This record gives sequence, structure tokens and C-alpha cells, in this order.
Amino acid sequence: MRDVPAFLNREDRIALLRFMARQRAVEERGLSLYKQGKVPGSFYDGRGQEATCVGATFALGPDDPVCPMIRDFGAHLVKGTPVTAVLAHYLGRGGGVHRGRDGNVHFGDAQRGVVGMVSMLPDIMAVAVGMAWAFKLRGEQRCALSFFGDGATSVGDWHESMNLAGLWRVPAIFVLEHNGYAYSTPSARQFAVDPLERAAAYAIEGVSVDGNDVEAVFEATRQARERALAGGGPTLIAATTMRMHGHGAHDDASYVPAEVHEHWAARDPLERQRERLRALGVDVEAVDAEVRAEVDAATREALAMPEPVPGDPMEDVFCEGEPRLVGRGAAPWSGFAGA
Amino acid sequence: MVLTYLEAISDALRVALREDDRVLLLGEDVGAFGGAFKVTAGMQQEFGADRVVDTPISEEAMIGGAVGAAIVGMRPVCEMQFADFVACGFDQLVNVAAKLHWRLGLAAPIVVRLPCGGGVSGGPFHSQNPEAWFMHAPGLKVFAPSTAHDAKGLLLAAIADPNPVVFLEHKYLYRRVRGEVPEGAYETPLRANTVRDGEDLVIIAYGAMVHTALAAAAEIEEASVRVLDLRTLVPLDERAILDSVRDCAKVVVVDEANQTCAAGAQVASLIAQYGYGDLDGPIVRVATPDAPIPFAPALERAALPGVERIRDACRELLAY
Repeated sequence: MRDVPAFLNREDRIALLRFMARQRAVEERGLSLYKQGKVPGSFYDGRGQEATCVGATFALGPDDPVCPMIRDFGAHLVKGTPVTAVLAHYLGRGGGVHRGRDGNVHFGDAQRGVVGMVSMLPDIMAVAVGMAWAFKLRGEQRCALSFFGDGATSVGDWHESMNLAGLWRVPAIFVLEHNGYAYSTPSARQFAVDPLERAAAYAIEGVSVDGNDVEAVFEATRQARERALAGGGPTLIAATTMRMHGHGAHDDASYVPAEVHEHWAARDPLERQRERLRALGVDVEAVDAEVRAEVDAATREALAMPEPVPGDPMEDVFCEGEPRLVGRGAAPWSGFAGA
Repeated sequence: MVLTYLEAISDALRVALREDDRVLLLGEDVGAFGGAFKVTAGMQQEFGADRVVDTPISEEAMIGGAVGAAIVGMRPVCEMQFADFVACGFDQLVNVAAKLHWRLGLAAPIVVRLPCGGGVSGGPFHSQNPEAWFMHAPGLKVFAPSTAHDAKGLLLAAIADPNPVVFLEHKYLYRRVRGEVPEGAYETPLRANTVRDGEDLVIIAYGAMVHTALAAAAEIEEASVRVLDLRTLVPLDERAILDSVRDCAKVVVVDEANQTCAAGAQVASLIAQYGYGDLDGPIVRVATPDAPIPFAPALERAALPGVERIRDACRELLAY
């Protein structure tokens, strides 16, 4: 395992574990609430991929918007979205992030710099390119980051966005979560040329990283951000990882060979960070216990929230008055202290 | 000043670019070339290549990119080279832009300009009137001016609107219609407009069909025919529609679009439900049949609603 502590202090490295542990604990809780019939609709999680979304988002500044995809709940956490609001969102409660209007992984607290995904993939990637383009036009020191899976790289929007980003040299970071499956379809039946190899065709810097190593993902993203802000254009970071659950709670992922799951279980991103921190003398059990207590309290709070009250269905379909812009999110990395 | 419909649109874009730094123009060939119809001629020279931007042939990335720029404070105006090509950017419009405010509380103040309509031998892929697709997508506004005055005023209103606006500019009108247009900035209200007064029958239309309806009305000397120009389809001026039915009791609804589920179908259903008691005859619709728009002038003329069809429909209804 590569060690990249140069830009991460001890508190940063603990924070990375805490965000991943929070993601896992909240998603486990969401899954059990779903199985109890308390979460309507469907449920999706990012088990096994926590290092990619947490590590990448941790490298973003407060004014860098992020566009998370279906497995990237950790990105919302790093940007400061409260756990209670997310559990309430899963439960379809009025106090949820979108007051019950949308559910499961479809959300984003725009006032914290998170632009929520739509189900059509990777539509939001084009939106990230547009944000980055505006930053470049205005000479602002900001970048936009978009996640997507390997399945999304076959869509026309992906190619159009890559082309435009490479052509206009916008300060964008694309993080490919290469987990080898688009729902049930393995990469071998999705494309003949790996997406990372396609980066060069769009004049985009392509970087490969171990997607289960949170510090390595952080470092690759930190460098991509530095390049973007220096006018070096976009980067495609291909993070190799594995989705340890099915596409959704309804999917047992029986199409994945058992040995593949075993191989990746031994590379669990949380366990790897715990191992690092133990070597530094950190009480990792205390971090986990703190997260469990936090999620227990948030669950009680969310379950106590009322169902949304149906009002005028036309409310907010149109914006009246001055539109709100994408806001400023948290930036917990010590590198931004005082920013 | 007297401008053509096309010049009025250009003037609106120029005014917006001058008055508001946030306004950007994007489109295929809109820069040095000035656009396929020359709507943006000279603008890249005047405002620079950063603000008047040639894009690759990428309607999805153009509209999605415009949304991205809009949610961080810009006011992008996209040109689809022909309205027909908005089908290639449809997903970004209806799934991303339209639902953004309701979902995330973020508005997407973008304008997508659609040079639309037939009458120019454009054939099946350069003649369509896709407005109904967007009327059916919650969160989008749909404007369709018929005059030079309204084209400028509605485009400025669209750029100022905090919501995504689909702006239908009719190609047939570009250089055929001209009129008095005020200098500088003004906004046309999002309401219907009575363009010809009358009390025996009202023709409800929008876009190029307003002119066809006016020509038909002028041929009917035996009765007094009103023409109501809807101007915007979302919002739809329901009050003005029902008022005109109350005043005239007979109504012909005209669409250049294919008949089924066209804007006129919504107008007819509105009248059937809320204006039934005021009617003295069936609600009559004149529209393009549910077939692609043919290329050959003789075939196209037969497909699109013309003066004769509208006039005959009116006469038949007047005799009811």
C-alpha cells in the first residue's frame, strides 16, 4: 500500500476513516430500514466504494461543487450534509433533504455545493463541465468534480462531455468508479476500449488509482485539482474498486463470481485505513463507536419526523424571483484551513 | 425602428449581451459564421469568442453545460441549429434543466432557441414544431412569438426568466415578417394578445399560424372574426382563451404542429371543460396531420394548414 501522508496530517487521516465509517453505517442503517419496510421504493448503497467518493471529495475546496453518483454518499458527507437529513430523505420524511420529493440516492444539498444526480447517466457530468467552464470564463480559482461508473462511459453524454471538457480545457475532474459492472453487465460486455485509455483521445490527462485506498484517491484528486486551477485542463481519474452489494437492495449480485467478492473483501477500504491509523496509535474502535452512536441518534430523530404533508403540487415547479446559485460546502481537509 | 422578425431576435441578443455580462451565446456555427440563419452575425466580433461560443455538434453537452453555467450564475442562450435537433438534447432539457428547481431548489435560467416550422421545403428533419414535447415536461416555459415586436420582447423576457425557456422562433417568419420594434430593452408580457378584433368567431393560434389565421380572417367578409395570438404556451393564458370564447361563442384552434396532443389540443380541452356553456358550435381544430412534413413544395403545402383550410373551417363553423 502506497503511503501519501505528505499532504495529510493525523486529523485528516482520521477524518477520512470517519467519513467512510459514517457512509457505511448510514447505508447499513438505510438498508435495514428498507428491509423493515420503512424506506419506500428502492435502496442503493456504495458498500466497498467508500474510499473513492470520500477521498476525492476531501481534496475539494469549499467553492468546488461536486456531482456525486449512485455510490457516492460519502461525497455528501464530506461537503457537510447532516446524517439526520439523509436518513429522513431515505424514509421520505418532510425533514429530508428534498422534503420527500425524491428518494434514495437522488439528492444533493445545492447550498453545500452538491449538485444531485438524475437517473440518466451521466447527465450531470455535462453540468459539471458547464460549471467548470463558467469558473474558467470568470477567472475563478475553482473546479467542478463529477463521479460516474464504468457503465456510464458508454453513453453519448459521456463522450460529449469529455470532448467539450478537453476542447475547452475546463477545470473539471472526472472520477470514474471502475467497479467492473454496469448493474449486472461486466466491463467485458460493455466496451472494447477501457475508459482510461480513451482519455488521451480527448486530450484529457488520465490517471489510474487504487479506488479502495482513500489516501491514494485523495492524492490523485489533489493533484488533478492543482492541475485544473493552474490551467492544465481536466483529469480523468480511473479508480478501480468493487461494488460489494448488488445494484440495489433487490439485487443479490449472484452474477458476480464468489472469488471476486472474496478478493475485494480482503481489500476493504475501511479496514485498510483502520490498519494505517492503528500503526499511528489511533484508537480506531473509538472512531467507529462514535459514528455508531451518531447514526443511532440520527435514526431516532429521522424516524420521529412526520411524513410530508401534501400541499400545492405546483409549488416550486417554477422559480419565482432571483434564482439561488450553487452554494459553499464544507472543506474539512487541513489544506484549506483558513481558506 | 422597423426590423424583420430575425433582426428583432438578433437585436434582443445584442441588447442582452450588452446589458448583462452573465449572458452567453452557445451554438453550432454561431460564432464567426454567425449561425445557420445569421441570427448571431457579427456578435462574436463584437462580444468576443468567450461569450459567443461555437460548440461542437453536441446538443446534450451544450444544454447540460448551459445548465451548469447557469447554476453558478451565468445566463446562457443556446441555439439549436434547427428545432428538430433539440431531440438530441432532449434528456438534458426535460430531466436535468426542467426538474432542477423542484428537486434541488436550484433554478436553471437558460434559453434554448429553436428555429422551427415548415414552409421552407426543409423536409421531415428541418420543419418540425416540437413545442408540445416541452409543454408536457413540468418546469419548462415555452414561448412562440409571431411578430418582430414580440420576438424581441419575449426573448428578452426569456433571458430574464429564472426558469429554463424553450423559445420557438419560426423560420418562415424570419425574413417575411417585419414591424416596428422599440430600441433597447423591453419585455413582452407572458399573455395572449388579440391581434384582430371580432365577435362572431375566434381563431386561436400562435407562431406562423397567426399570420395564416389573419389572412383567412381577412377573406371572411360576411362575419367578424377575431384572432387571438397565444404568444406563450407555458404559461398558457387560460383567461384570455376563455374570454375570447365567451365573446365569440365559436372557436377554431390552429396548430402548425402535428395534430395529436398539440398545443391546440390543450386549448380545445380547456374550452371544452370551462367554456362549454359559452359555445355555440363544436370546437374546431385545424392542424397538420399526424405524418412527417414532406419536402416537395406541393406536398408540404397540402400538409400544413393554409389560408384556405382555415377559412373553410371558419365558414363551416359560422354556418353551424
